[in-house]
Amino acid sequence: MKRCGACIGVLALSASAALAQSGSDADFGKLMALFHERQRSHVSFTETHQMAMLKQPLTSSGELFYEAPARLEKRTLAPKAETLILDHEVLTARRGKHEHQVALAVYPQAVPFVESMRATLAGDAAALERYFTVQFSGTLASWELRLTPRDASLAQSVAKVTLSGEQAAIRAVEIRERDGDRSLISIGPEIPP
Amino acid sequence: MIPAGRRATALGVLFALLAALLAARAHFSADLSAFLPRNPSPAQRALIQQLRGGPAARLIVAAIGGADAATRARLSLQLAQNLRRSPQFDSIENGDAATIARDRDFLFAHRYVLSPAVTAEHFSVSGLHAAIADSLDALASSEGALLKPLFAQDPTGELLTLLDSLSPGRAPRTLAGAWSSRDGNLALLLLQTHADGSDLDAQERACDSVRSAFEALRRALPPGIGRGLTLTLSGPPVFAVASRALIIREVMRLTALGTLLIALLLLSVYRSFAALLLGLIPVFGGALAGVAAVAAGFSTVHGITLGFGITLIGEAVDYSIYLFVQGRGTPQRDWRQSVWPTVRLGALTSIVGFAALVPSSFPGLAQLGLYSVAGLAAAALITRYLLPAWIPARLPEAQLARLGVRLQLALAQLRRWRAILLLLPLLSAVVLYLHRGALLSEELAALSPLPAAQQQLDEELRADLGAPDVRFMLILPAPNAQAALAAAERLAMRLAPLTDTGTIGSFEYAARYLPSAATQAARRAALPSPAELRTRLQAALAGLPVEPSTFAPFEAAVKTARDAAELTRAQLAGTSFATAVDTLLQPAPDGYLALVPLAARASGDLSGAAVQAVREAVAAADVPGGVLLDLKREADSLYADYLAQAIRLSLAGCAAIVLLLLFALRSVARVARVLAPLVLAVAAAAALLIACGERLTILHLVGMLLIVAVGSNYALFFDRRAQEGLANALPLTLASLLVANLATVLGFGVLALARVPMLADLGRTVAPGALCALLFSAMLSARPRHA
Repeated sequence: MKRCGACIGVLALSASAALAQSGSDADFGKLMALFHERQRSHVSFTETHQMAMLKQPLTSSGELFYEAPARLEKRTLAPKAETLILDHEVLTARRGKHEHQVALAVYPQAVPFVESMRATLAGDAAALERYFTVQFSGTLASWELRLTPRDASLAQSVAKVTLSGEQAAIRAVEIRERDGDRSLISIGPEIPP
Repeated sequence: MIPAGRRATALGVLFALLAALLAARAHFSADLSAFLPRNPSPAQRALIQQLRGGPAARLIVAAIGGADAATRARLSLQLAQNLRRSPQFDSIENGDAATIARDRDFLFAHRYVLSPAVTAEHFSVSGLHAAIADSLDALASSEGALLKPLFAQDPTGELLTLLDSLSPGRAPRTLAGAWSSRDGNLALLLLQTHADGSDLDAQERACDSVRSAFEALRRALPPGIGRGLTLTLSGPPVFAVASRALIIREVMRLTALGTLLIALLLLSVYRSFAALLLGLIPVFGGALAGVAAVAAGFSTVHGITLGFGITLIGEAVDYSIYLFVQGRGTPQRDWRQSVWPTVRLGALTSIVGFAALVPSSFPGLAQLGLYSVAGLAAAALITRYLLPAWIPARLPEAQLARLGVRLQLALAQLRRWRAILLLLPLLSAVVLYLHRGALLSEELAALSPLPAAQQQLDEELRADLGAPDVRFMLILPAPNAQAALAAAERLAMRLAPLTDTGTIGSFEYAARYLPSAATQAARRAALPSPAELRTRLQAALAGLPVEPSTFAPFEAAVKTARDAAELTRAQLAGTSFATAVDTLLQPAPDGYLALVPLAARASGDLSGAAVQAVREAVAAADVPGGVLLDLKREADSLYADYLAQAIRLSLAGCAAIVLLLLFALRSVARVARVLAPLVLAVAAAAALLIACGERLTILHLVGMLLIVAVGSNYALFFDRRAQEGLANALPLTLASLLVANLATVLGFGVLALARVPMLADLGRTVAPGALCALLFSAMLSARPRHA
């Protein structure tokens, strides 16, 4: 349960990925400004989750939907259909006919992740930096955003989140958990409506 | 020798003291009991129990508004923390992380006795393989990170199964660590009081505790932040307390207003304070006798009864008016022979009319009947035996006579227009026909004194909390708690398919949190021994990407569950499930009741087909005595019963009045003459109400009976004048009738202003009806024989 923060992080960063599209200056602030402009986005993803307790990594794939200002849906299609929706502060998971709702407040370690998403989508670099140490490197043509949680409860489960992309398109999100497990999300191009 | 009048006075004072003693010992209430039947059917008894002591009746919703979300949430947490120390509340929920964590820990610790998935098949090699494969799928999903820490301890996914079954409704939105309304503008708390819903004093104290605790917290904040914060309370206990306060306030206000207006009227007629005070003696004597009679006849005097008592002012004051005005100019003995018989017959018709209400199973009506019978009898007796000795020496007789003469002239004019009255039945019939679909109000809610806006707010807050008003509830009686839990389990097995198909949205039952001992034992027996589990795991993991050694925590957990003692209510302490079990498993006079509230999908009501499916499930589930209670329908049918009974009693009252008149007047023609204006007055009053868009409630119907009971006084005076032909006394009779009628109209007119529908309905019917009764009696009166 404590790792919930990790999956929120995935969502948060995938949102950024879903947003980054048009070109801009090789500048973090301008990248943020682009996120803010985007009202909705739809991309595909493939996720590989490596866990120490499993003999082989688990892979899944599906689509991501974003709707400004704070709704993100991760629709997993394989190996099993499943939907995860983040709407404001409530996380809803649907599998088959079952539905779970979790308030992020119940998992305080997840809250900064949400705030990072909201800050990112709002193009508010200052808010993002309140929760993470942000390192922007590379050029706009090929950049990397390294986020290290500032919050102690967050740092308990997640060690580091790395986003990489080209221009304003995020191509990959990697989450390194404290216990050494890691998850890599590869993001495809924008799917036209 | 003491004069008879003084002796009567002494006797009267003695009775007054006795009555005051009885009245002082009376227990006053203003709760739902006025609406609840005296001899309930089993379903009604269940309804009453739920209305009074059921979980819904003890639920207070607190909404904190103002400031910012973080401040509201912090206040919500502090408020809950402070109030949890009070024994006034059984539970306080506000979505705080600590309670949610405790709940989750409880479920996790006891997952193998709580999970309905635990069967021997589930723990066989193939069962384990399938369950673990499922868990791996979940791990690969986006929820994976959330589930990872559980995997090694709970690879068969029991916690998820439990969470699935637990949160069928939509969870409230959480903002800054506390529940909030969907729009995010209010922090919400759900408080369950310890006291019964019917214990209004305790409910009032509970509401006050919440308010003062909030106030203390608010004051501790910096003024800039604290000032904007507001607290709104809602829910049945709050409504009941507010209704009581409203009824008391209205009764006091209207009694004061009614008394004042009638006093002014009398003062303007008598021009004498002494006469005014004497005129009010029958009123207060009657009120005292009425309260004493109700206190003696019922366990509690309902607040609403005192409101009805205002009507007594208007009627009882008439007697002294007849005495003072008509008794003037003629010796006392004469008054007793010429006027008193008519007053007596009028009082008797009123008493007979009210007496018809006494057998009502609607306690509010029965009390109104008894109160009025005793009150009118006392007022009439006081007027007859006590007042004549004190009759004021000086009254503005000449002035009254002048008024009477003018009235006499008007009377002649009025008689000429009597043909118009023929149109009245036609007009009324047209109005009634035009509104034929909406004549009667069929919902108990029509009598509720609560403003619709308040009920609307309550519904919104409940929807926000995912705690909608329970309408459908299954009630399973059992000889003991274990049998009740087992019955609920048998029923749950039949209901589960209905939730899967979406026929019903969800249901709740105590055994979900506290399974019966037999079920617990069966689940424990389904768990394999440590050695057996290890062997089966080896086989089950074939083809799965997990090493058996990963599941050492799982093996330990199964062993612990296998060896654990029976789960009891005590172990639920501190979780929110404790309250659930206590409310869903209730001790009853002859054993226990298991309650299974049902909810429709979304927020709607169950469809007819869904109700049928539930009934079939109950029939198939071997739960003898189990009934499906539709709380709204029961309440409405209760009301329909009252309505039907009120119609029957009103008709019986009218029939009794006719018989009394036949007996007293001994002439069908005279009785018809007396009744004709009254029937027309009732028709006019009914048509007026309907035309104004009102739907008739019980109180309107009772009001119609009262038009006949009160109006008969006027008709009888005209009848007597016509019989005796005492034309010279006519002016004073007319003056007294007009004053008496105005007093009655004022009394009921004031009631029409009430914000309590039961009181207003009565006033709005009788005030115009009484006016019409006098007018029509005058129009239809015969010319005095010797005039």
